[in-house]
Amino acid sequence: MAEVLQFCFSGLTVGAVYALVALGFTIIYNASDVVNFAQGEFVMLGGMVTVALAAAGMPLPVAAVAAVGVAAVVGVALHRLAIEPARGASPVGLIIITIGASIFIRGIAQVVFDKQFHKLPAFSGDTPFAVLGATILPQSLWVLGGTAAIVVGLHVFFERTLIGKAVAATAANRLAARLAGINTTSMMTLSFALAGAIGAVAGILVTPITLTSYNVGTLLALKGFAAGMLGGIGNPLGAVLGGLMLGLIEAFGAGYLSSAYKDGIAFVVILVVLFAFPRGLIGKRSAERV
Amino acid sequence: MTLLVAETLGIHFGGVQAVDDVSFAVETGRIFSIIGPNGAGKTTLFNLISGIYRPNTGRILLAGEDVTGLPPHRLAAKGIARTFQNLQVFYGMTVIENVMVGRHLREERRLVPAMLGLPSVTRQNRATRKKAHEILAFVGLDERIDEPAGALSYGDLRRLEIGRALALEPKLLLLDEPAAGCNPVETAELIGLVRNIAEQGVTIVLVEHDMRFVMQISDRVLVLDGGRMLAEGSPEAVRQNPEVVAAYLGRHGAREAGYARG
Amino acid sequence: MRALLSSRWTTLGLLCLVIAALPLVFPSGYYYRVAALVWISAIAAVGLNIFMGYAGQVSLGHAGFFGIGAYAVAIGPARFGLNSWLCIFLGVFLSAALAWLVGRPILRLRGHYLAIATLGLGFLIALVLANEARWTGGPDGTAVPRLTIAGARLMEPVTWYWISGGLLTLGTALALNLENSAVGRALRALHDSEIAAALAGIDVARHKLRAFVIAAVYASLAGSALALFDGFITPDAAGFLRSIELVAMVVVGGIGSTAGSIVGAGLLVTLPQILAVFVEYEQIALGLIIMVVMIFLRRGIVPSARRLIVRRAP
Repeated sequence: MAEVLQFCFSGLTVGAVYALVALGFTIIYNASDVVNFAQGEFVMLGGMVTVALAAAGMPLPVAAVAAVGVAAVVGVALHRLAIEPARGASPVGLIIITIGASIFIRGIAQVVFDKQFHKLPAFSGDTPFAVLGATILPQSLWVLGGTAAIVVGLHVFFERTLIGKAVAATAANRLAARLAGINTTSMMTLSFALAGAIGAVAGILVTPITLTSYNVGTLLALKGFAAGMLGGIGNPLGAVLGGLMLGLIEAFGAGYLSSAYKDGIAFVVILVVLFAFPRGLIGKRSAERV
Repeated sequence: MTLLVAETLGIHFGGVQAVDDVSFAVETGRIFSIIGPNGAGKTTLFNLISGIYRPNTGRILLAGEDVTGLPPHRLAAKGIARTFQNLQVFYGMTVIENVMVGRHLREERRLVPAMLGLPSVTRQNRATRKKAHEILAFVGLDERIDEPAGALSYGDLRRLEIGRALALEPKLLLLDEPAAGCNPVETAELIGLVRNIAEQGVTIVLVEHDMRFVMQISDRVLVLDGGRMLAEGSPEAVRQNPEVVAAYLGRHGAREAGYARG
Repeated sequence: MRALLSSRWTTLGLLCLVIAALPLVFPSGYYYRVAALVWISAIAAVGLNIFMGYAGQVSLGHAGFFGIGAYAVAIGPARFGLNSWLCIFLGVFLSAALAWLVGRPILRLRGHYLAIATLGLGFLIALVLANEARWTGGPDGTAVPRLTIAGARLMEPVTWYWISGGLLTLGTALALNLENSAVGRALRALHDSEIAAALAGIDVARHKLRAFVIAAVYASLAGSALALFDGFITPDAAGFLRSIELVAMVVVGGIGSTAGSIVGAGLLVTLPQILAVFVEYEQIALGLIIMVVMIFLRRGIVPSARRLIVRRAP
């Protein structure tokens, strides 16, 4: 029982990070139809920039906020310099561009920082809590709490603020949004900034547990993509559930089946799900019109 | 002889009954038109006959054989070809290649000879191209055969689709709004073309909005409304059917009715 | 002009000319090595172009088949004492069988769903290669016994230059023949409209599967060639980044164009070599090139160049 609970804790912690990556995917996908393979690089930037600024003597909270800012700016740059000029390219073309961007960002990170693994101090110490025989790190609570806060915050943003509604409208129907006087290009840029910031927050929260380096982004992007698919691409709630589910499956799979194949579990799950439900778990069914 | 029989066809999407209990029969070599207001289920009915949707109820017989639920490529092999309301042209290919694709079933399709480029394949390519050229001449497009399909005008693209469908040498040709978006001259040419095709013994079922077109060309007309059959008969009988006039022409298409009478 | 530029003989003739003439300008043996690497990657790219360019599908895991071919010639001779030549065919057979088996369910998927499914497939193959260290030597890779022909061991870059060049010429010829056949037209048709293709009598599922299997066979052969040439192989050969590189070759060169795939391979293989002087900046440059080509030459290099020439021509 304690073991099951332990796997739940670690699964949910990792799953929360996947959820945030998947959420970033979803926000960008909804706003611009782009599947952004550079999403994992935002997570990397969050961790690495915080590490670097903290090492330069900045207080951790300030460094963290600055890192979120950097990732948001990179998101904006990604949209303005790479996605927007390629408007009208094929979906595969756009995927290739974001992959090019992720290689580029990784290359920059490798030059600006280094190729070592880095750690951040845990926010509230390293003394684990005991819960029903299992233990949970305080940092895990930070990750889960941070994720919950972002999900709630996003909900409020999209439902309650005018600008959030404009982004949501852009996602729902670009032409109608434009006719209603919304500057859809700005809304897309905002989505990229938002996705960048969310990715960075994930990176900052999780670095005390998992460490970070210039190349952690690829695998996170792939798994976040898988999580988003699991939840049905374009569905924010599905993305969060997909991420948590993936984290749990991975934790239990690594615990009971094989830890060597932990990173493969996400893809086995995704293949099985796609065989059974070719449009994702929560995806919509749409018939082709002819 | 009866070529196509639809028996109590029905399909629903979610709670919407798009086609409901539709039955009709089409004689070989005739032109059979399906009309009705927008959303009457015309294109859905086409999608059922061409295998894109599988009906929830009823059967489809082609030359006496039950072909219900066969996938489109199998139906094509049985002799059903169609065109599309919203064009489905192969824009990445040239005009003649589009028609050559229509010869697919008449071609040797083994992989190894194709990759080796055996003389038999070269010969076949030449034969297919020649046949495609003839078909393009028949539909009046033999001037621009090696241009990208995207360079054609809208009316020409409609002819190209008809040419591609004819390349199959079908028994049954389904035309989904062939005159949509065509100007009066193009429409008049189209009427001639469709008549020519029918004269060669190809049975034609078409969906069309242009009433003048339908009344001029059809041997029989089926009227759909809300997925159900309203009437079926000769153009004359349908035009004078009070139910059709009241329910369809009266409500939805006074203007079209005017054309039909004029 | 248009006819000349799009003729398969033009592509094939130019390719033979380049392969024959390059050694005349090579200042050192090192260049044979780089060129052989280009030819080998180009083989995989030409195959992938059949699946992506002709049939309009997407595979983000194609290096998996490359890895199977590579490890077939590594494991077979070293662990089972099998003949290397036989192992090349075993690799091809394995790749084709896997593509056929997995392709049937996943090729029903479209767009992003197909992308993630193929990505997962490639990822899992690479993961197995990295984890089954007993057989594969694990993440650090394994040595590959050299290929012998009539008792002579093939290891010189010059030898491999001609072998891989010949193989690429053959693969290109086959791909171009396919393009101009009933099967090739069927693939290009379903690329544009699956429904119209099906109604023209094309068995869409079967043709997609054919293209996938062909692409897997090309990748497997290229993988075997690379492993035998290098004499060493690591699971990275099957990894995600390698898959992306293959896709980038096809797309950067010009999707749908066989000549483009070869040019794309040339660009993506030689640039890192040129930039090897600034080893630190290699990734930056690679990412930048991919983005710039995709943004400014959307159709890819070869089709863009072809349009330019046709427009300039009288």
